Amino acid sequence: MEYIQAIIDLIAQYEQQNTLNLIYLVVLMIFVGIELISHVPSVLHTPLMSGANAIHGVVLIGAIIVMGNASPDDTLSLVFGTLAVFVGTLNVIGGFVVTDRMLEMFKKKPKGEKVS
Amino acid sequence: MMPYMEIGYLIGSVSFVLGLKMMGQPDSARKGNLVAAFGMAVAVIAALFFTSKGFHVISNLQYIVAAIVAGTVIGTLMAKRVQMTAMPEMVSLFNGMGGLSAALISIIEWRHLLHTSGSPEAMDQTAALPIGMYIPIMAGLIIGTISFVGSIVAWGKLNGKIGDFRFPSQQIINAVVLVAILGVAYINYGEFNATHSSLYFFVTIGLAIVYGLLFVFPIGGADMPVVISLLNSFTGVAAACGGFLYQNKVMLMGGVLVGSAGTILTVVMCKAMNRSLMNVLIGMAGGNGGGSTTSATGGSVREVQATDVAVMMKYASKVIIVPGYGLAVAQAQHVCHELENLLEAEGVDVKYAIHPVAGRMPGHMNVLLAESNVDYDKLIEMEHINPEFATTDVVLVVGANDVVNPAAKTDPSSPIYGMPILDVDQAKQIIVLKRSMKAGYAGIENELFFHPKCGMLFGDAKASLQKLVNEVKAL
Repeated sequence: MEYIQAIIDLIAQYEQQNTLNLIYLVVLMIFVGIELISHVPSVLHTPLMSGANAIHGVVLIGAIIVMGNASPDDTLSLVFGTLAVFVGTLNVIGGFVVTDRMLEMFKKKPKGEKVS
Repeated sequence: MMPYMEIGYLIGSVSFVLGLKMMGQPDSARKGNLVAAFGMAVAVIAALFFTSKGFHVISNLQYIVAAIVAGTVIGTLMAKRVQMTAMPEMVSLFNGMGGLSAALISIIEWRHLLHTSGSPEAMDQTAALPIGMYIPIMAGLIIGTISFVGSIVAWGKLNGKIGDFRFPSQQIINAVVLVAILGVAYINYGEFNATHSSLYFFVTIGLAIVYGLLFVFPIGGADMPVVISLLNSFTGVAAACGGFLYQNKVMLMGGVLVGSAGTILTVVMCKAMNRSLMNVLIGMAGGNGGGSTTSATGGSVREVQATDVAVMMKYASKVIIVPGYGLAVAQAQHVCHELENLLEAEGVDVKYAIHPVAGRMPGHMNVLLAESNVDYDKLIEMEHINPEFATTDVVLVVGANDVVNPAAKTDPSSPIYGMPILDVDQAKQIIVLKRSMKAGYAGIENELFFHPKCGMLFGDAKASLQKLVNEVKAL
């Protein structure tokens, strides 16, 4: 009973914080994600994994928010925050560039010949 | 006032979905990647220069911009310089960076939480710790740390720096560690005050690091793509935790999208190898069932010379090349393409048979061969090429092993039994380029090599192909 009460409290708290609609969003996005990947040719699995890898670099936004909230004399937070922004950027930029390099190779030859 | 920040985040979210959708089609894939990258840029700008109240340059902008510039330069250089064969470990490394970022965010927010609700004035109200914040912080910390450590181990394994590492009853220990993580995190919530909880917090981090190590160590090299894909979705979930924490919808949508897409991708990859996810995670490949197939064959291996193979191929009307990881290791894709061109010039119909899990990642072979300008239309997926083997004169297996092992069809005791394979034994002649008789990643013998139609050309894939090219030219 204690646990059930705890869950109810949690949901109530989320509702207060207006977080409940985020949970709806989570559920919907799970379905979108499944739907997007289910019918992809296996040829594209590697680039797709790499592309998804770049997209979760969106954690960078969180790192930026953390930095924005850190007070200028809180050195530890600033150091960790700057590091978080740095590695987050690595994730984003590296992810997109690697994916682009992979996909660059999927261009069909005949098209290229027509252009040139 | 225009809600610029919300608009920026909305554009970001929509372009993630759209970009991922476009990446699922060969024709629009590259554009899809750019669409997602554009969305990311818009979202970052929104975070830097706008709040929900309007235009407002974020504090500490100088540090943020410096970190972004440094990350952009280093990230671009790393991504541009990496060899095509090393792509999988690069993806793993970048994935780990995302996990680290999520873990760092959680550490800072935890300190924040301690200073606000854990300050001496608030000490007497233990209930002051908002669980709505505590859960995303701890989840982000634990998942982010596991993803970071796991990705680094996976990176080291693909590099060949770290070997497989198993010890008895590892599964039980893993489970115990996982339970311990959750337990300590739970105690930490109950014992929330400024002195003790930091200790519990650091214990949680330590245990998560241990779990990350234990999680990836026992998994064999061939299963790494599956693990990377899984860790990829972990990082997605860690990013989504940040979205919960800040009520930030673009983080939440991006994170959950990757979390769910990554999970499905993992399952699809497992299916292509006919393994269950559980099976991969426990590290079942290798060791098991190796003994049963060895003696069953009873044939002997026939070694052939490059000259004979060259003649065979030059006067064939149809040749199918089956590339595998050996091709990638030897960097033989360019020579392979050269051979293909030579044969085509002689009027031979040359195609490539691509097994879904050939190489170290699904699609690995396509990327590699595309790099050396092999025509995309020549790369034929397994379902479409299998009926063609019966009408093929020569099959050239370049560094592939398990994906052409007939034991997957005939031997129920084999660990790869049930995995769909390329039916190369239907062809008139089979030539296997291989360094030695060593078993493939599944650690099992391949009776194909003892098949009467099969000839072995031993040596490094690149050197052997070069020999073939020279011989064909000389004829």
